[in-house]
Formats: sequence, C-alpha cells, structure tokens
Amino acid sequence: MSSENQESEAPLEFGEEKQDSQEKDANPVKSEEAKLKAKYPNLGQKPGGSDFLMKRLQKGQKYFDSGDYNMAKAKMKSKQLPVAGQEKGLVTGDHIPTPQDLPQRKSSLVTSKLAG
Amino acid sequence: MAGAGGGGNDVQWCFSQVKGAIDDDVAEADIISTVEFNHSGELLATGDKGGRVVIFQQDIEKSQPQCRSEYNVYSTFQSHEPEFDYLKSLEIEEKINKIRWLPQKNAAQFLLSTNDKTIKLWKISERDKRPEGYNLKEEDGRYRDNSTITTLRVPVFRPMDLMVEASPRRIFANAHTYHINSISVNSDNETYLSADDLRINLWHLEITDRSFNVVDIKPANMEELTEVITAAEFHPHQCNTFVYSSSKGTIRLCDMRASALCDKHSKLFEEPEDPSNRSFFSEIISSISDVKFSHSGRYMMTRDYLSVKIWDLNMENRPVETYQVHEYLRSKLCSLYENDCIFDKFECCWNGNDSVVMTGSYNNFFRMLERTQRHDVTLEASRECSKPRQVLKPRRVCAGGKRKKDEISVDSLDFNKKILHTAWHPQENVIAVATTNNLYIFQEKVN
Repeated sequence: MSSENQESEAPLEFGEEKQDSQEKDANPVKSEEAKLKAKYPNLGQKPGGSDFLMKRLQKGQKYFDSGDYNMAKAKMKSKQLPVAGQEKGLVTGDHIPTPQDLPQRKSSLVTSKLAG
Repeated sequence: MAGAGGGGNDVQWCFSQVKGAIDDDVAEADIISTVEFNHSGELLATGDKGGRVVIFQQDIEKSQPQCRSEYNVYSTFQSHEPEFDYLKSLEIEEKINKIRWLPQKNAAQFLLSTNDKTIKLWKISERDKRPEGYNLKEEDGRYRDNSTITTLRVPVFRPMDLMVEASPRRIFANAHTYHINSISVNSDNETYLSADDLRINLWHLEITDRSFNVVDIKPANMEELTEVITAAEFHPHQCNTFVYSSSKGTIRLCDMRASALCDKHSKLFEEPEDPSNRSFFSEIISSISDVKFSHSGRYMMTRDYLSVKIWDLNMENRPVETYQVHEYLRSKLCSLYENDCIFDKFECCWNGNDSVVMTGSYNNFFRMLERTQRHDVTLEASRECSKPRQVLKPRRVCAGGKRKKDEISVDSLDFNKKILHTAWHPQENVIAVATTNNLYIFQEKVN
C-alpha cells in the first residue's frame, strides 16, 4: 500500500496564515544567507565540505613542541608568553601553551548530582 | 501494564520526577549526554560528560493506583576516565556518547557504554545475601586464633541490605581512529556495531581483541572528503541488516549477507532537494543527527536540524512522513550558525507501539508528534511545571507578527537550554527527558 508524502505543518502553532512552504521557505533562508555573507565575505564556497568536516575529525587534537616551548621560555623571560585564545580551532605555530593555559584535570571521583 | 497507545493530543502528560541539582551554575561534568531505558523499561540509564553512569530503577512494589511507580537510584559508577593518547597527541574525553542495554539473560543486567574511543561492557548485579559463620574468621574479617577453634560449623547465607555492584566485564578498545558516535546491539544478542565518523566495526560481545570493519568511507585522499557517518543502528529483527546516516542527509541500508565489507549499500534513502531551495545552510541542516528503527522494523525515523522524517524501508526516494520540529528557526539560521547551535545533534525516539515519536528542541521544549491523526504538541521541561502530577500545558512559539497571550516569541527562546536526549519507556507512557543537567520523568495522566 503506497503511503502519501505529507508535510505536517501544525498550522495552529506558527501564526495565523498557513505557510506556502516552497516559496516562503526560500525567502527567510536566502535572507539569512545574505546576512551571513555580509558578515563573513571570506566564508568558503563549500560549507559542508572539507574544512568543516576536517575540523570535526580533528576534535581533541593538541599540539605541543617541547623545542618551541623551551625556546619561547628562554627568549621571553621578561615578556609575557602569548596566552591561549578562545578559539577551539587548530593550535599550532605561534601559540606556546603554558601550564596556566591547560585545562584543569577534572576530578572524576565526584558522584553525579543525578544520584543525589 | 497499560499499552503505549494514545496520540500526542489524546495523552495528557504530567510531571512525575526530576533528578539533578537546581542551581543554574552547571558544572561541565554534570551535562547529561545520553539517556536509555532497558528492554523492560524497569531500568533507566543516564551518561554524562564526566564519564559517569547513573541507573534508576522503577519501584514497582510501592505503586499506587493514582500514580505510577517512581524511578529511584539503583546504581552509579564511573564508566570512563579522561585519557590522553600521547602517540597521536589527542585528548580523549570521558563523555559517555551512548549507552545501550543488552536484553536480560540472567539475574544480572548488562549494558554497553562508549566514549569517543572505547566501548565497555558493564555487568550490574545484585547482592542481597552474604555468608556468615566462617570457622577461621570473625564476622569482621579478622582471623581467629587457631587454638581457640574447637568446633566446626558450616557457614550459612544470611540476608543483607541490597548492594548493587557494577563491574566492567569487557573493554573494547583501539578499534576507532575517529570519534565513536553510535553503538547498536544486534538482535542475535551476540554481536554489536560501533560507528565513528568514517568507519563502522562489528564486534562479538565475548571478543575484545578483534573487530571486523564493515563500512569504510574514508577516501584515499582526505581532501576529497565530502561526508561523514553520523549515526548507525542494527535492524530490530533482521540480524543481517543495519543502517547508517550521513552528514549529507542520506541513509544507507546494508546487508551483511551481501559481502563482508558493506561499502556498497543495499538501499540508499535520500529525498531529492528542490534546487531553488539550495542555500549555504542546506547541507548543514540536512545532516542527520539520529536514526532509529521503529519497533516493528518496518520504518525508520531520522532527525535533521529542523525536521523529523519517517521512512518506509520499502521506499527509498522519499520519506512517508515529514514533521517540522521548529520551523520558526529557519529565519534565524544566520545567528544559529554563528553561535554553533546549527550543529546541535538532537535525538529522537519512538513510543512502544510506534504511533508517536518524540524529539527535543530549544528553551527546554520537546515535541510529541502523533502519526495517525497528525496531532503534535510542544511541551516544556522546567522546574516551574514540577509540582507532583501537574499536567503539562502545550506551549506555543510565535514566529513573527502579533504575539498571542501564552505564546513565546522566537527571540525570547533560550538556545542554551536544549533538549538533545529523550527516551520512551518500551511499554508504558513514561518518558525521560534530559535538559542540560536535569532528568525529567513524565507520565501519562491517570484519572
């Protein structure tokens, strides 16, 4: 028995007028896209493509070079070491991690509050 | 036990319990990352970002006619610890990504829990007796002086306070280069699959030093990577069949009888996209965050950013039903992309008789989508609606224009309050809904 392809719109929930799905769908999304392009003109052409996926695959990757670290410490005895930025992205090159930057090892022996 | 019938609007849901701390300052470790009922519904397991598992048990003895029984803490243990892979310079989170129960075979309960890299089989067993009357030891364990032993007796088992012990029985490690997103126990009750971004492995529950790779979508040149695996599940009855979903919105069904390596799918489920609708966001919002077979095994449900789709396994070219979860977000995609919310992975679940599906949204809202009469309702999990047996009122979001009384406007929604994980009791109308750090249990209103 063939089944119908229906769109369930729940018309009572989203305002009085019934949405004309195809046409109106495109408009808010296109204007959102224009907003994004205006803010970030250099945003890549393939949003779901390699860059975005690579970032997902490299989650958790940490970079550290002991040579760089010691050189930086020696060079910048008086200057402050570059501090870790807020970006969770790839961290290489100029950024030298310091003990203060490292996230504290969480104490995992605390009982969950759900069991409290 | 009442059947799990009743549609979204026929059933009135009322508050039963809430677990977790009230304070707004949420420690990262307390963020709930998975919720799962066992096969009978008697046990409810949660996993969190701190690698801990808490299991609740339905208290059947104390149930009264007015309200159903409550879920109380049964066992809690540390499943995974944070690790650092020195060879790859990779930090491995202890967050529990998924918990899956094994069907019960004997007195003990077994579950699989996984973080990004390692799957563990846990045995949860009860101890309610202990031996007393040893000949050589005192009751407190100290050894007796041999010269004082003049008689011989047989130790006996005496009842003791119930103790629930969790012990890791198998550790399945080192089989995944990428991050595990799914595990699924096969209906044969001997094997299970684990899926990461690019590969799916098949394991035997007894064997930890070997697994078979059944799907590998890693391209020879990583620059050519266009999609990743987002979820995978075994068919509930056919032990040779499993499906996996992708970040491009497709679902592939694989038959392990066809070949050892299932890179070639048996079926490809994909809804053709209207090219005029294509935008920068299209691919991101089409990424499937969860796939679940119906209990009947005839249908499967997928969740993408804005909708829930029901697919008939016999029809590959389009879903048979599509439900909008929060269509009003379509005009907010730019800001949702900027605050990363567009990448949130919502899960979905079926009720016991496949007549209603449920999924979460923002502002601690969750949606019940009833299939036969197409009734749908939005409910909220909040401390304000947490008086015992308080009936949940439907919530309404105003997309734009005039906001009616009792409606909330899209701009007032709290996008930090997301319900990503929900679970439905396999037989009763009892649901578990996880907010960031609290677990709500709702039940059908019984008159």
